[in-house]
Amino acid sequence: MADAPTTPSEAPEVEPKERHASSRLYYAVLVPILSVFTALVLGAILILITDPAVTGAWKNVFQAPLAALSATWESISTAYGALLSGSLGLVEIWKALGVALSGGGTEDLAVALVPLSESLTTSVPFIFAGLAVAIGFQGGLFNIGAEGQILVGALCSVYVGYSITGLPWFIHLPLALMAGMLGGAIWGGIPGLLKAYTGGHEVINTIMMNWIAIILSSWLLKVGGPMARPDLPITPEVLPSAQIPQFFSTQGNRFHAGFFLALAAAAVIWWLLYRATTGFEIRMSGANPHAATYSGVKVKRVWVMIMSIGGALAGLAGTVQALAVDRWVGVGFSGGMGFDSIALALLGRSHPVGVVLAALLFGTLRNGATRMQSVARIPIDIITIVQALVIVFIAAPEIIRWLYRLRQPAEDLTPTLSTSWGS
Amino acid sequence: MKQRIFIILTLLLFGAMVLAACGGGQAEPTEAPAPTKAPEPTQAPEPTQAPEPTKAPEPTKAPEEKKFSVGMVSDIGGIDDKSFNQTAWKGVQDAIEKLGIDGTFLESQQQTDYEKNINEFLAQGKDLIITVGFLLSDATTKAAEANPDAHFAIVDFPSTAPNVQGMLFNVTEATFLAGYLAAGMSETGVVCTYGGINIPPVVDFMVGFQNGVEYYNEQKGADVQLLGWDNETQDGLFTGNFESTDDGRRFAENLFDEGCDVILPVAGPVGLGSAAAAQERGLMIIGVDTDQYVSAPEFADAWLTSVLKNMDVAVFDTIKSAMEGNFKGGDNYIGTLANNGVGLAPFHEFEDKVPDDLKAELEQIKQDIIDGKIQVK
Repeated sequence: MADAPTTPSEAPEVEPKERHASSRLYYAVLVPILSVFTALVLGAILILITDPAVTGAWKNVFQAPLAALSATWESISTAYGALLSGSLGLVEIWKALGVALSGGGTEDLAVALVPLSESLTTSVPFIFAGLAVAIGFQGGLFNIGAEGQILVGALCSVYVGYSITGLPWFIHLPLALMAGMLGGAIWGGIPGLLKAYTGGHEVINTIMMNWIAIILSSWLLKVGGPMARPDLPITPEVLPSAQIPQFFSTQGNRFHAGFFLALAAAAVIWWLLYRATTGFEIRMSGANPHAATYSGVKVKRVWVMIMSIGGALAGLAGTVQALAVDRWVGVGFSGGMGFDSIALALLGRSHPVGVVLAALLFGTLRNGATRMQSVARIPIDIITIVQALVIVFIAAPEIIRWLYRLRQPAEDLTPTLSTSWGS
Repeated sequence: MKQRIFIILTLLLFGAMVLAACGGGQAEPTEAPAPTKAPEPTQAPEPTQAPEPTKAPEPTKAPEEKKFSVGMVSDIGGIDDKSFNQTAWKGVQDAIEKLGIDGTFLESQQQTDYEKNINEFLAQGKDLIITVGFLLSDATTKAAEANPDAHFAIVDFPSTAPNVQGMLFNVTEATFLAGYLAAGMSETGVVCTYGGINIPPVVDFMVGFQNGVEYYNEQKGADVQLLGWDNETQDGLFTGNFESTDDGRRFAENLFDEGCDVILPVAGPVGLGSAAAAQERGLMIIGVDTDQYVSAPEFADAWLTSVLKNMDVAVFDTIKSAMEGNFKGGDNYIGTLANNGVGLAPFHEFEDKVPDDLKAELEQIKQDIIDGKIQVK
């Protein structure tokens, strides 16, 4: 279909400069969307081949072709239908809205809104952690340490949250948030310092810092440990004065103010990257550290700064989750969130807006997976597989371009990832 | 231009899929409201809900009699851990098979999922929600307090509210036997253990194991050493997780290098890594929770025995009595050697290698524990 001769013949139709800009946006948006779509299709295939009802029906496809097709449809629609109703529940909201508008009370609406708001709640730590990784990519650094930074941030903030008593909320809550940011910033800053002044690669050092954080937490949180309750391996509950408020009282609706904090953080990072001198230095160091040094940017300081800011953001991911949703921290708190955030930073092209969108997508998938598991009995791992496939397609856009017969973009749009390794 | 058309077609297909999936979602509510809104039918005649009947004729599951429904929430080890969660889930599966209940599970991947998964089952109006593991105790207690009408059962934790039934197991009794057996079977005179996370249900295994080894030394005047746990300091070796089989291999290799030849890993699926290491070196491993000779037959020649914590029996009994209307909220089931809630699995391939007099001694000790002649713990 995509025979080469047509491409040059089309080219003169568009103004070169304009076409360059539009194709840039075109590919920045199209490739991620197609990646997600393709991953979902492959996920569907996996669901089908592991569903005994479907494989059984296909064995008799010649006797009963309709049965095979309907079994296929049944399996996919149940699975992805549950994913949708568990993550967005738009149909239920629509119905409940109708009831509410015709004077039938808003109780149904409150219940119907649970899946959607739970998706947003699940996205909150992803937004923070995704930004943490994205700012690293922008500066040419590969921050794999979000997992540990999340954990340390959560531990620091929860410690402040339960140990200091007698403060009003407008002092206690900011104090807890600051503690979480500081903890994360230190945990991210150490690999930054090592990178800048000893040449230790940040990938290795952030992974090591992850392990230190995990093992530190299991010591702090063992039963009778310094931060654990006497009978349980979890921290005491954060005092109400340090809790981030949740908005709804409906069972299961945990939507909280941290969501707006996350959007604000994304806006700040966007401003920092694209409107402030610092951000220019960050992006310049990412594009070409040698050129940046030559033009007077103190690249080493920029590296330390990037890692500290990233650490603070990841720390906030854990902090907000702990102060708003869980209100305590136990072993296994971060549960792979830090690693998922690498995927979504890639999916969001390391742009704050992209990261927010990707985080919303991941939060929605993660949340819908619960319903999919309980109703359609599809293992939650399928979502992990879909996320992994998305990374594969984003990291190797050639596959997507070949699959959908897309043209080669004018220039390579993802230079940030590859430069991290050589520098 | 052709490419554009192709892309547009693709996006159309995508749109169609989304719509179709929404359609699937619409079909769902016919099923879902049945359990969730069970008490509501009084409101059904209200004219506001009139538009629904259009979908009612779908012969999904509406006419079926409502089954007793059970939801199980696993901890972060995963439902297929060949040990802890899987054993509890087997109890639900047995109930599905024998009692015809409706049972589903939700796997937790991180601590945030505990509350979320419990809420999901509450929203579906499950008749009984079973939470597996000590780590879910906080979430279970909170959910039980917020929903006094819902019924909960928790494995490995005592009841904390009038609508929660606890399931506890005196595993120290069984690991006492395992410790005695291990000490009797060891050729190097060194046995070892390690745990997943330092929490009481894990530590119980290790405490009983040490007591068993010490009892052997006392009785036989032997000096079998135990690595990996110390009752005096109440501390030992822990991997810090219930997931990494790599850790299981690493811990086992280190302990084997120290001369240990019988190992007891108390860490769910982590122990499978140790089983591989034990198999390669021709050493012995003791399984936990379930008969791992059966659940992980690939290491058949390494399993000396398993310390059984018959959670499946406890879960099955809990479901059965709840179904019959005898839910024992506020009470605890306690599994012991006497009621077969805990025990030792058969020796399988070691049947001929375990000396007969050691077998006889184990039988005697078991009887003595049941009769209270030997005080465990």
